[in-house]
Amino acid sequence: MTLWQIIIAASIAVLALKLLGYLVPPALLHKPRPARIADLLTVALLAALIAVQTLGSGQAIVLDARVPAVIVAAGLFALKAPFIVVVIAAAGVAAAIRAFS
Amino acid sequence: MSPDTAPEPFEPLAVTDARNHRLAVRAGLAVGLATATYGVSFGALSVAAGLTIWQTSFISLVMFSGGSQFALIGVLAAGGLASGPAAIASATLLGVRNSLYGMRTAPVVAGGRWNDTWYKKLAAGWLTIDESTAVALAQPTATSRRTGFWVTGLAVFIGWNLTTLAGALIGDALGDTRAYGLDAAAAAAFVGLLWPRLKRLQAVAVAVAAAVVAALLTPVLMPGVPVLVAALVAVVVGFFNWFGPRQAGTGPISGERMPS
Repeated sequence: MTLWQIIIAASIAVLALKLLGYLVPPALLHKPRPARIADLLTVALLAALIAVQTLGSGQAIVLDARVPAVIVAAGLFALKAPFIVVVIAAAGVAAAIRAFS
Repeated sequence: MSPDTAPEPFEPLAVTDARNHRLAVRAGLAVGLATATYGVSFGALSVAAGLTIWQTSFISLVMFSGGSQFALIGVLAAGGLASGPAAIASATLLGVRNSLYGMRTAPVVAGGRWNDTWYKKLAAGWLTIDESTAVALAQPTATSRRTGFWVTGLAVFIGWNLTTLAGALIGDALGDTRAYGLDAAAAAAFVGLLWPRLKRLQAVAVAVAAAVVAALLTPVLMPGVPVLVAALVAVVVGFFNWFGPRQAGTGPISGERMPS
C-alpha cells in the first residue's frame, strides 16, 4: 500500500462512520450496551496509543526521555493547562533531557 | 454551557431566544478557537511521521476527527508503510464514536424533521465530532442546539484546517524532530485526548488494562497491532459492564470538552 492509499482509505472510513449516524434509526442509541462499548473503545485505543507512543521503539520497549515528558504532561492536564501548552511542555522536557544527557 | 443559560421567568420569549442564540454562537466560537490550537501539533507531528504537507492537509479536511488523525500518524510513525492496515483500523475504530454522535445530532440538525436533503446530511455528518456534539447538546432549546452545532462545527473545521497547514509548515522547517521532542509531544497529545474521558472507574480500569496489554504485546506483534488487540479490553469490559455503574443509561456523552 502506498502512503496515499492508506490516507485516503482511512479518511473515507472515518467520514463514512460519521455519515452512518445520520442514516441509521436512532433506536440503537437506547440500547446501553453498544453505546457503552463505543465509549470505552475510544478510551482503550487512546490509552494503548499512549503506551506505545511512550514506550515503543519499533518492536522494542524502551524507557527514555519520553517517559518523564508524558508524566509532566499528565500532571499539567490534571492542573487544567491548555492542550497546546502541555504538548509544547512535553516536547521541551524530552528535548532538554536529550540535549543534556 | 453554564447554569445561567436557563431562561429568566419574566423575560419575553423573543429576548430569551436571542440570548440563547448569542450564547450558542459564543460557545461555538470559543470551542473552535481552543481546538484550532491543537491543529498546529497535528500538522507538525504528521510531517514528522513522514507525511507530506498535502497529505497532512488532506487528512484534516476529509477525516476531520482529532483522535483518528493522531492515531493514523502515530501508528504510521512507529511502523511505517507495513503498518498501513493497522493504522487504518486504529483510525477507523476511533471514529466509531462519531456514528453515535450522529444519531444524537441528526434530530438536532433536522430541527425535528427527518427528511433533510442529502447535502445537508453530508455537511452535518462531516462536521459531527466531539466538540460540535457537546456544544449542541448543552444548549437549552431546539433552535440554539442547531445554532450551537453548526457554529461549532464550522468554527472548528476552519480553525483546525488552517492551523494544520501552519503546523505542517513549521514541522517541515524543523527537520530533526526527535531533537525537539516531537515524539514525546505525540504521546502527550494522546494523554490530552484521553484525560477528559477518565471520569468514571470503568473508564480508568479500561485505560490501565489497555495500556498494559498494548505495552506487553509490542515486542511480539507488528507495530499497530497491539493497539487493536488492546481495544478488545473495551469490548469485553463494556459487554459485561464490569466496574460499571449499576444502571447504565444514556447519560451525557462522556469526554465532551466544555469550553472553560
